Amino acid sequence: MTDYIMKRFLGFVKKEFLHIFRDFRTLIILFGIPTAQILIFGFVVSTDIRDARVAILDLSKDEVTQKISDKICSSGFFRRAGDLENYDDIDRVMKKGKVKAVVVFGTNFGHNLISQNKATVSIIADGSEPNTATLITNYMTAIITDFSREFAGSSLSSNLLVQPEVRMFYNPEMKGHFMFVPGVITLILTLICALMTSVTITKEKEFGTMEVLLVSPLKPLQIILGKVTPYFLLSFINVIFILLLSFFVFDLPVKGSLVLLLAESMLYILMSLSFGILISAVSKTIQQAIFISFLGLMLPTILLSGFIFPIENMPEAYNWVSAVFPPRYFIVIIKSIMIKGTSFLYVWKETLILTIMTTLFIGLSVKNFKVRLQ
Amino acid sequence: MKNTVISVKNLVKKFGSFTANDNLNFEVYEGEIFGFLGANGAGKTTALRILSGLSSPTSGEVIVAGYNAKKDPEKIKKNIGYMCQKFSLYNDLNIRENIMLYGGIYGMSKSLIEKRTEDLLEKLNFQEYGDRMISDLPLGLKQKLAFSVAVFHEPKIVFLDEPTGGVDPVTRRQFWEMIYETADRGITVFVTTHYMDEAEYCDRISIMSDGKIVALDTPAELKRQYNAESVEEVFVKIARPVNNQPHPPAPSSGGEVKTTYD
Repeated sequence: MTDYIMKRFLGFVKKEFLHIFRDFRTLIILFGIPTAQILIFGFVVSTDIRDARVAILDLSKDEVTQKISDKICSSGFFRRAGDLENYDDIDRVMKKGKVKAVVVFGTNFGHNLISQNKATVSIIADGSEPNTATLITNYMTAIITDFSREFAGSSLSSNLLVQPEVRMFYNPEMKGHFMFVPGVITLILTLICALMTSVTITKEKEFGTMEVLLVSPLKPLQIILGKVTPYFLLSFINVIFILLLSFFVFDLPVKGSLVLLLAESMLYILMSLSFGILISAVSKTIQQAIFISFLGLMLPTILLSGFIFPIENMPEAYNWVSAVFPPRYFIVIIKSIMIKGTSFLYVWKETLILTIMTTLFIGLSVKNFKVRLQ
Repeated sequence: MKNTVISVKNLVKKFGSFTANDNLNFEVYEGEIFGFLGANGAGKTTALRILSGLSSPTSGEVIVAGYNAKKDPEKIKKNIGYMCQKFSLYNDLNIRENIMLYGGIYGMSKSLIEKRTEDLLEKLNFQEYGDRMISDLPLGLKQKLAFSVAVFHEPKIVFLDEPTGGVDPVTRRQFWEMIYETADRGITVFVTTHYMDEAEYCDRISIMSDGKIVALDTPAELKRQYNAESVEEVFVKIARPVNNQPHPPAPSSGGEVKTTYD
């Protein structure tokens, strides 16, 4: 008897796989988008800088600061976007996004350099674009070190030192660097599990096949499980695929436990699947399902999860809004495991939150799934 | 003496304060083609859902294929076939895959499904096209195929919910030939339709209005009772009463639904 039920179920799962593999668009979403995103985020987002706008706050205005400023701005990498008068201006121009970085020379720079053999120049970069910020500070540090060497050579005193001091505005710890892999994994899982699951179930409803299935001896639970099982498997394969891709193309290994990472991914897949089922329970048409998935999960994933815009930079209110959406926690988890190599002890809180959310969504979907199609 | 396969006694279905089915009573016999007529919103679909185990009655006793619709809807589901208004096959699967899926859902063995599939394709004169996607087939053939799939597992009763919507007259005729053939095999056909000429093909018809069954008999008898030329005329007289008559003269007021078939 159980054998016969299992066979019936497997036949149903097989049908779902056929749907997936026969639809070109579905395949593109499943495998094309992850590849494209990893490659785009990996290569395009952070390769080179050119004519990056910098402002200079020169409180000494002496020969040395002039020379350093000229050297920076004539390098081809930077363009002088303006001169500032005081420290308050820094925040103003940075907030407006007019400049990517500000170079600050304190008072008596030249004098200090000659008398104390040491002077400090501050480089303040806009950390809300972590990749660019890193590049800018690296390039500038190199230019200043180069100047320091030349200057020391010409003045015959070899231990002259201009010391660059790097500061990041908005994102001091450079969180968000290499964020793209965790971000893409989150995005893809959300896309496949929530969006595609809700669409595939709603499709049966809209086309009338759901009614036939419900009249058949298949139980509603079997129908739902049969529909989501293929997506569960494919999402899992996708996680592994993305990890391999980021390892081989970007040398980004998983620092922490791979088993933990995969287990957490499964939890997130479950969460998204149950969210997808919930969406399909409340939507009557495919368009509705797509719309709800986008508003409810895709946009929060992209905008509020810290994937592209660091949560630290968000106004307090957005921070609270972001706390409601699950992707945020998964990104924290996956980032900690992948990049920092932390153990479960450091992500148990996020894991607990995701588990609670998953339970909540499953409960709601079960309650909401209209067995009787009313 | 005919075997009763559907027996409905005092069926009431309420949605909140709205009564969709108001005290329905009827029986359907084995091998019969039973037409279930009514204007939109008369309560046909609700009754059909209850009979097919999709919905539970508020009160009353409904026995389908020997099982109680309130207690054993799952057992009813195993013994019926169902074809709905909307097309019920998967467009991105081919004919054989669709049949294999539904046959499998109803617990048929693979070898039996394969054998019957060949028989069916032969009958439809479609042997070479078993591997064609459903989306490539003309609508008429799709409908015939959907019907064949609905009775593929040899159910006791098949429910057809407006099966011929949007199909051309020739195909409709062929479709009805298939229905007759099915009924001859002993499968009871329970069909709802909007086409009054189709109602003439049924062994017996019932007409619903405002949640009640207001007429039930053979088409010939109904035409005689209502002094009408066609079932369509009967339907119009009942569903849209003229001269402020709430209901046209019926053989016996209120209990007319008990009219039996002999």
